[in-house]
Amino acid sequence: MEPVLKVIDLQVSYYTDAGRATALAGATLSLNPVEKLGLVGESGSGKSTMALAMMRMIKPPGRVEAGQVIVDGTDLRSLTDQEMLKARLSKIAYIPQGAMNSLNPVTRIGAQMVDAIQAHDPKAPKSKTVERCMQSLESVDLNRSVFKMYAHELSGGMKQRVCIAISILLKPKMLICDEPTSALDVVTQRQVMETIDRVKNDIGSAVILIGHDMGLMAQFVDKVAVLYAGRLMEVSTVGEMFTDPKHPYAKALINSLPNLDNKGVFQGIPGLAPSILRLPSGCPFHPRCSYAMEICTTENPKIITLADGRSVACHLFTEGK
Amino acid sequence: MADLLEFKNVTKTYTRGTLSKSSTTALSNLSLKLDDKQPTIVTIAGESGSGKTTLAMLLLGFITPTSGKIIYKGHDISRLRGGDRMTFRREVQAVFQDPFAVFNPFYTVDHLLSIPIKLFKLAKTKDEAREIMIESLKAVGLMPDDILGRFPHQVSGGQRQRINVARALILRPKLLVADEPVSMVDASLRASILETLRGLQRDYGVSIIYITHDLTTAYHIAKSIIVLYRGEVMEAGDVDTIIKNPKHPYTRLLIDSIPWPDIKRRWGETEIKARESEITITTTGCKFIARCPFAFEPCKQPPPLFRLKEHQAASCFLFEENPPIEPEKLTELLPV
Repeated sequence: MEPVLKVIDLQVSYYTDAGRATALAGATLSLNPVEKLGLVGESGSGKSTMALAMMRMIKPPGRVEAGQVIVDGTDLRSLTDQEMLKARLSKIAYIPQGAMNSLNPVTRIGAQMVDAIQAHDPKAPKSKTVERCMQSLESVDLNRSVFKMYAHELSGGMKQRVCIAISILLKPKMLICDEPTSALDVVTQRQVMETIDRVKNDIGSAVILIGHDMGLMAQFVDKVAVLYAGRLMEVSTVGEMFTDPKHPYAKALINSLPNLDNKGVFQGIPGLAPSILRLPSGCPFHPRCSYAMEICTTENPKIITLADGRSVACHLFTEGK
Repeated sequence: MADLLEFKNVTKTYTRGTLSKSSTTALSNLSLKLDDKQPTIVTIAGESGSGKTTLAMLLLGFITPTSGKIIYKGHDISRLRGGDRMTFRREVQAVFQDPFAVFNPFYTVDHLLSIPIKLFKLAKTKDEAREIMIESLKAVGLMPDDILGRFPHQVSGGQRQRINVARALILRPKLLVADEPVSMVDASLRASILETLRGLQRDYGVSIIYITHDLTTAYHIAKSIIVLYRGEVMEAGDVDTIIKNPKHPYTRLLIDSIPWPDIKRRWGETEIKARESEITITTTGCKFIARCPFAFEPCKQPPPLFRLKEHQAASCFLFEENPPIEPEKLTELLPV
């Protein structure tokens, strides 16, 4: 199967007064149609940067230094700005963090949806456009009457669903959801995630779910990519990740999760995530790593593909090869 | 046994509209006692709109109950004046949800920590004040050198939340109200904040009211739990019993919706019957009736709490055969 998304060696830096900060150092990923990928990491690990870079929405002082983002056969980075405007929402859609607060409070939901379609297809007849919006609302389990409502008339979960409805209007091949449920409670969260799962199958698009809730990842995605200080540490299927994490950071992350069997055991990860401006030498995780070796302090491990198709960036697995 | 805090049949109703009055009962007839001598951690759980934040606001004295009384060390908190009021303000502290919004970005962390010291005249000299700050930062597991003199944007979310706990700790509180303290913090840092909170209870004898919608963290930190839905107690008791063996259909729904970080335990075996937003409450009976898959005729009457075990009670007619317990005796269900 031809992957619908290929990210090849994507690099993003921010040029700050304190120097150049590499927020994303050569991330490589591929995703098959209708596959769900979870992108996890602590805050500041580059999750949102990666999403924004894929959307070509990195603003100065940030810059995409290198790499390719190929969606459905098109390299997004080679498009002109005009073409990219068209590609957003029609090829790749992004639901930003706190999207539910991004709805315009003074125009009706419907107007905002119609606007999105008209921006891509100015000649679309009005009645057809409206019908498409209505269908989109229905597909996320919202009533048609929401079309005429304002954002403040809706609950958090409903607003989040409106955002999903907007993002699927043009049936993109790629859907990036940045912490879509971080402000919602568990029952609503489950409903929103089930909605995303269903519409993704309806329109046949792949999903990248960004977040730090490993529980949600375990329940929702097929593959997990772990980011740390702008570097991909491990990419595995969800089953492998939770039963046999390879990278020490992934291991620590899984072990820090509360579950029913270890009441009262709080196993945090010692230390703090490093600032990307002052990365430690060698592997960025080595000061917090309990398996750290001599080589880890000097040499940054390259990401390698193991025999079973998993990718890991750790000297534990490059030794002797 | 002296009571630190007592909720006596507290009800809070919000009314709106001048001509056509409509009202929402955010908290209905809640009675709760916390013992002075045995510090404990009680979880108040429920989704948004369940009244859990209203409970926090009532407890902190920001709003007054529509009926009922909140008594702190024998005094009604809405009538506290002068010295008593200062004692109350000092001994009851809060940590709020958003560690990003509570800091004034123009001041350094020192300033934030020095305000309580000044207000309550805890130190005579600057050095003494600094000593107090350093001590409380150490108590929450922060390195004072990393924190003091920094601006809020220079410290991480997890650190900010711990600074908030440190600020509360400076005042040597008796009771800490933690309103969703970890929901906006990275999962990997949650553990350390929860550990900090538990340390407060264990080492400093602070009772904690832990308000959350996240039952996983509740399970790990608390001793007892009260599950609220639209202002009513749905289920209450020992946290182990309730999380592992929930009885009330609402608690079952909540626990079933937790995304467990365990690929063997799948999500969502129970079906969600109706959507929260589509329900308008007209019933005088069980508040959960519209969403309950087991709803039957008796549910049109308000269900009392039925005591299932020593430390578990559910407000649901499915458990009719058990003896009912008066709402005033809720505290008996909660182990300390």
